[in-house]
Amino acid sequence: MNVIQNLGARVIAQIEEMGAMLLFLLRSFGWLFRPPFRLYQITKQMHFVGYKSTFVVILTALFTGMVLALQGYYSLRKFGSEGLLGSAVALSMIRELGPVLAALMVTARAGSAMTAEIGIMRITEQIDALETMAINSLQYLITPKMVASLICVPLLVALFDVVGIGGGYVVGVKLLGVSGGSYWSSIESAVEWKDVYGGMLKSLSFGLIISWVCCYKGYYTKMSSEGLGKATTESVVLASVLILVWDYFLTSVLL
Amino acid sequence: MEPSIVIQLKGVEKTLGGQPVLRGVDLGIPKGDITTIIGPSGEGKSVLLKHMIGLMRPDRGQVLVDGQNITNIPDQALNEIRKKFAMLFQSAALFDSMNVFENVAFPLREKRLVSESDIHRYVPEMLERVGLKEMGHKFPAELSGGMKKRVGLARALVMGPEIILFDEPTTGLDPLMAHAIHDLILTMHKTFGFTAIMVSHEIPKIFPISDWVAMLKNGKVLAMERSAEFQRLSDPLVQEFISVPGSMAAS
Repeated sequence: MNVIQNLGARVIAQIEEMGAMLLFLLRSFGWLFRPPFRLYQITKQMHFVGYKSTFVVILTALFTGMVLALQGYYSLRKFGSEGLLGSAVALSMIRELGPVLAALMVTARAGSAMTAEIGIMRITEQIDALETMAINSLQYLITPKMVASLICVPLLVALFDVVGIGGGYVVGVKLLGVSGGSYWSSIESAVEWKDVYGGMLKSLSFGLIISWVCCYKGYYTKMSSEGLGKATTESVVLASVLILVWDYFLTSVLL
Repeated sequence: MEPSIVIQLKGVEKTLGGQPVLRGVDLGIPKGDITTIIGPSGEGKSVLLKHMIGLMRPDRGQVLVDGQNITNIPDQALNEIRKKFAMLFQSAALFDSMNVFENVAFPLREKRLVSESDIHRYVPEMLERVGLKEMGHKFPAELSGGMKKRVGLARALVMGPEIILFDEPTTGLDPLMAHAIHDLILTMHKTFGFTAIMVSHEIPKIFPISDWVAMLKNGKVLAMERSAEFQRLSDPLVQEFISVPGSMAAS
C-alpha cells in the first residue's frame, strides 16, 4: 500500500509542479502588457543573453562547421559528390545543429546564470524586498529575461548558422580543395525558405524553454545554498533535455 | 484611551511543509507605536510578520490592514496596500547589483514620485540620518552587517511609510552595534511617527524601546501588554522566557 501511496504522491507532486510552471509562464507574460514597461531591464537582459553569448556561439559554430565539412567531405567523396558539401553543411546547420547547439550553449552560459541570480535573490530575501516595495517581482525580474531570450536566441542561431557555414567553407574549400563556386551554389540550390523558417521556429521555442525553465527553477529555489546548487543543476539539465526532446517533436512535425 | 488598531490578525493559521506554524493568531497592532513580537526560535514570528504585508497568505483566518481585509485580494490591490508599508529584513535584503545610493533611491525611481534632482538631494540626506554620510558609492558586499541594516533602514524610510516591519533588526550584530540600531529605530520613530512592528530576540533590550510587547508561543499569542506591564506578568511561560537572558547577563 505504501508503495502505491508514494507513487501517487509523486505523480500528484509532478502534476502540481507542471501546473505551477505553466502558471508561472502565463503570469510572467501577462505582466509584459501592463505598465510600467521595463524597456531598460529588457535591454540589459538582451546585452547579457545576446551580446555576451556571441563569442562562445561563434567559437562553437566555427568548429561545428569545420568538423561537419571534414566529416561530410570524406563521406561524400566515396560517392564522388564533394560538390554537394556546401548543401550538406548548410542544411545540417540551418535545420538542426544551429538551433540545438546554440540553444545548448545559451543554456550553459546564460540559463545557469539566470537560475543562480534569481535563486540568490530569493535566498537573500531580495525578491521579498521587491514585493514589499509594491514592485511585482515577476514583472521586474522574469518578464525581461523571457523577452530577451525570445529575441536573442533566434539572432544567436542565425549567427551560428552563418559562422558554421563559413567554417565549413574554410575547411572544405581552402583546406580540402572543394571548388568554392560549387560550395556556394549547392547551398543556394538546396536551402529553401522552409528550412530557414523551421530553424527559426525551433530557435524561438528554445529561447522560451531556456528562460522559462531557468527562471522558474531560480524563482522557486529552496532556501539554502545546497538548494541553489541543486536548482542550477536541475535547470541546466531540464532545459537541455527539453530542448532535445522538443527538437525531435518539432522536426517530426516540420518535415 | 484605547489605541486605534492598524493591523488586525484574526484566527490566522499557517502550515509550512506539513508543520503547523501559526495555530490561530489573534493580534491587534496599535497605530503609531512600537510593538515587539518575541518568542522562542521557530515559533513563526517572521512568518507572522510576512502575513501582515501579504508576502504569505494564511491557510485560515484574516489579516486586516486599516480595516481592509487583505487575505485574498488580487496582486494589484495588495500592491496598493503595500504602499503604506516598508520592511527591514533580517539579512537587510539589499540589491547586491546596486550601490548604497542606488539601493536607497530604488523605490523612489521605481515609483517615479520625485524628480532625479530631488533624489540626489533627498537620498544623501537620508543616508546622513542613518549615519552613512559619503557611503553612497559603496556596494553591499563592502559593508559590515550594521551598515547593511542602516542602508536597509534608509531604504525603508525613503518612501515615508506609515508602517515599518523589522525582522530581527539586530541579529548577527555585536552588542554595541545592536544598541546603536535600537537607538536609530527609536530616533527615526520619533522623527517620522510610523507604526513599528519588530520581531526580536534582544531581551531585555527591547523593553525600553517598545510601547507594546507580544509573545508568540505554540503558534498563538500568549500575551500582549504594554512593555512595563509585560515584564510584570506572572505567567510562568512568559517569566521563563524573559528572565533567562537577564540572568545570563547578570552572571
